[in-house]
Amino acid sequence: MTEGRRSGGLIQVGLPTWIYLPAMVGALFVIVPLVAILLKIDWPNFIPLITSESSRAALVLSLKTATASTAVCVLIGVPMALVLARGRFPGKSVLRALLLLPLVLPPVVGGIALLYTFGRQGLLGHQLQLLGIRIAFSTTAVVLAQSFVSLPFLVVSLEGALRTAGTNYENIAATLGGRPTTVLRTVTLPLVIPGLMSGAVLAFARSLGEFGATLTFAGSLQGVTRTLPLEIYLQRETDPDAAVALSLLLIVVAALIVIASASHRLAGPV
Amino acid sequence: MRSIFSVAVAALGAAALVASCSSSQTDTASTTTGSAPPAPTSITGDITVFAAASLKATFTELGAQMEKDNPGTKVTFNFAGSSDLVTQLTQGAPADVFASADTNNMTKAVDAGLVANDPVNFATNTLTIVTPPGNPKQIASFADLAKPGTQVVVCAPQVPCGSATEKVEQATGVTLTPVSEESAVTDVLGKITSGQADAGLVYVTDAKGAGDKVSAVPFPESSGAVNTYPIAVLKESKNPAAAQKFVELVTGPEGQKVLAAAGFAAP
Amino acid sequence: MSSVRVRARLERRGVEFDLALDDGEVLAVLGPNGVGKSTLLQMIAGLLRPDQGRIELGGTVVTDTSSGVFVPAHARGVAMLSQQALLFPHMNAAANVAYAPRCKGQTRSAARATAQRWLEAVGAEHLADRRPAQLSGGQAQRVAVARALAAEPQVLLLDEPMSALDVTAAPALRRLLREILRGKRRTAIIVTHDLLDALAIADKVVVFERGRVVESGPVRTVLASPRSDFAARIAGVNLIPGAVIDPGTIRTAWGTDISGIGDVDLGDAAVALFRPSAVAVHLDSPHASPRNVIAVTIAEIDIHGTVVRIRGADQPDGSTGLAADITAASAADLDLAPGRTVYFVVKAQEVELHPALPVRT
Repeated sequence: MTEGRRSGGLIQVGLPTWIYLPAMVGALFVIVPLVAILLKIDWPNFIPLITSESSRAALVLSLKTATASTAVCVLIGVPMALVLARGRFPGKSVLRALLLLPLVLPPVVGGIALLYTFGRQGLLGHQLQLLGIRIAFSTTAVVLAQSFVSLPFLVVSLEGALRTAGTNYENIAATLGGRPTTVLRTVTLPLVIPGLMSGAVLAFARSLGEFGATLTFAGSLQGVTRTLPLEIYLQRETDPDAAVALSLLLIVVAALIVIASASHRLAGPV
Repeated sequence: MRSIFSVAVAALGAAALVASCSSSQTDTASTTTGSAPPAPTSITGDITVFAAASLKATFTELGAQMEKDNPGTKVTFNFAGSSDLVTQLTQGAPADVFASADTNNMTKAVDAGLVANDPVNFATNTLTIVTPPGNPKQIASFADLAKPGTQVVVCAPQVPCGSATEKVEQATGVTLTPVSEESAVTDVLGKITSGQADAGLVYVTDAKGAGDKVSAVPFPESSGAVNTYPIAVLKESKNPAAAQKFVELVTGPEGQKVLAAAGFAAP
Repeated sequence: MSSVRVRARLERRGVEFDLALDDGEVLAVLGPNGVGKSTLLQMIAGLLRPDQGRIELGGTVVTDTSSGVFVPAHARGVAMLSQQALLFPHMNAAANVAYAPRCKGQTRSAARATAQRWLEAVGAEHLADRRPAQLSGGQAQRVAVARALAAEPQVLLLDEPMSALDVTAAPALRRLLREILRGKRRTAIIVTHDLLDALAIADKVVVFERGRVVESGPVRTVLASPRSDFAARIAGVNLIPGAVIDPGTIRTAWGTDISGIGDVDLGDAAVALFRPSAVAVHLDSPHASPRNVIAVTIAEIDIHGTVVRIRGADQPDGSTGLAADITAASAADLDLAPGRTVYFVVKAQEVELHPALPVRT
């Protein structure tokens, strides 16, 4: 190994040189298909393809619904993560297994399950129908589908962060006179903001790419329920160039989100 | 460090080599003349048939028939949307026969140089209205679909059944405002059988196949939008004799009987 | 500030407490590591529920398993200080100290003023704007003391606050605690395994061994005449337990007789105490009668300035080995080394006999 003019620094042990090879194979496995898409792009037509009316509608809808479902995930995922990490009650491990099911379930099956719940003749949908609330074929259905599949990502990420953080600070806060809600607000949550952020980013990315549950549960109508993945699915029937162009758009949006969140974390703990 | 990179380049090169090996098959032209080769007295071997999803029930039955008539043959099917099938074939998927749900996709296959002979039309399909069993919203005509408050699901224009729907809309002057435009006719059917929508437009064959899970409401204007189904032997076929045999079965009296029973009309 | 009464038991950790503390007193809880001293503080703070027990703070019952009373931690008025300062990492020092006043409902500016006052009281006002990550161990503990005091607690609980500090920071914190606890007559309990903490800060001490309180009393008394193995060890006094067979003589469980001076009744359990400096070390067993002769296998030899301390192997009942202090010159003459058997000789006049403490059930 030639050292050359390297500046001084820590030696990294436990990282043998040969390990770079399988790591690189893994990286190529993901990067090469992305490169394949790039090579297929009809570059002269790229801008018209992604700015067409249907494309814009799909992109805007995707961003709106993914943001809404991420908000839903945060609102109900944070309490869930807290209960799973800190609560003590019988059957907790069974509950956790159930709550992580959407991770394993094929999204189409998730969509069917939502249909049987919120559809016109569904478990709850029937009651809602009587109240005049129709969920199927609406943008609400899209948000529900995305929330269903993304929730476990946020819960798992945050629960891990809560477990690692431990309860020492909360104990001190209690002895200083902090009521449980005050302790939650002033100590617990501020300390897990990084874990919450990365969980929210995961949930957002998963919502953005959600397809199977949306298709089965919400249907496909431009501007209402046809998100970007559904638009790509449709375009590939007649216009593969448009499908590829939109795929690149989706990849770029996802990459921007991931990079933005990584730089936020680089800023260090608050 | 350099050694790692060279190994990586070698790995990448190996991957590319493997990829090119499988895709090169589409480039080698096998010369098959227009007329079928003299059929041997016994047909054996395996064939793979790529067929539109709407042909699933009928072709499966015909495939079993062929295996029975010609012991030693095996017919494997790949049912999917016609445009998906064309994409797979152009990317080098091995197959012997292609049956499309519309002429557009067959033309794409011909233009890509995948087809051995001229395609043969073997069936036609028209649209019908389907509703949940019992027709709760009392849909009686195509115009009823545009009544306010009716939740209608159709195929998107980009798929064959959707373009047929558009044709009917233009011919009748009735514009529909569906709640969903699906990418596959099976999804439209699914929305009806699960009771999510009041009515949908699917093929006659789909309605028949769904049996009593739906109520079918035929409408006269459907004859204005007919989907023609062509079938052809593929150039890349490893077993052209058996492939041709299957095509003959489909276009012959036995095949036509099975197709008619499912609701297809004559070509 | 108010009194503390604890009578509690927790099977899971094998501990049982029975102690009381008056208003304005500082109690040191001494004992080896791992015996459950922290458990005591957690129970008083309301972070741990005993299997069975009753805890009173300032006359109010805060825990009572028989009647189901359990006042939550935030309502007890008990502030804690641990080995780690545990300052909230996302707030600066001033905000940390202002936490308790804010919880009580003070406005932001009033709380900030209160925090400033307490930071000045502990001599840390220059650290007000620093983040915990920017403070040294000693500085962080100082701020933690201010934070605990700002809560104006009834009782202060300190769990080995000096043990994570280095040799320069610990004495400074000890001085501060002495001033604000002893000096200001605050009720406090300090758990420690360090003798200096007890001497400097506490009025009373309890010794905790094997899950139970084995000794208690004013600091100087316990350390001058310890009755338990741990107290004796840290007080640097030799202790041998036995039963009185003669006025002035006790017999140990392994059959050795020790003579001494003390007021003990025949048949009672008693302990013999003598200082290491009263011991003469001989290579052969001498035969003069008014002396106690004990055979000892040398385990360690330590040098403290001009004094050499010979520590013997643990006694047959597991208690700490006996120690003898001799001059360096004598040590050289005797040519001592670990493993050798020598004879510790103590005059009977130098041995005190005391009644052993009753074993609490």
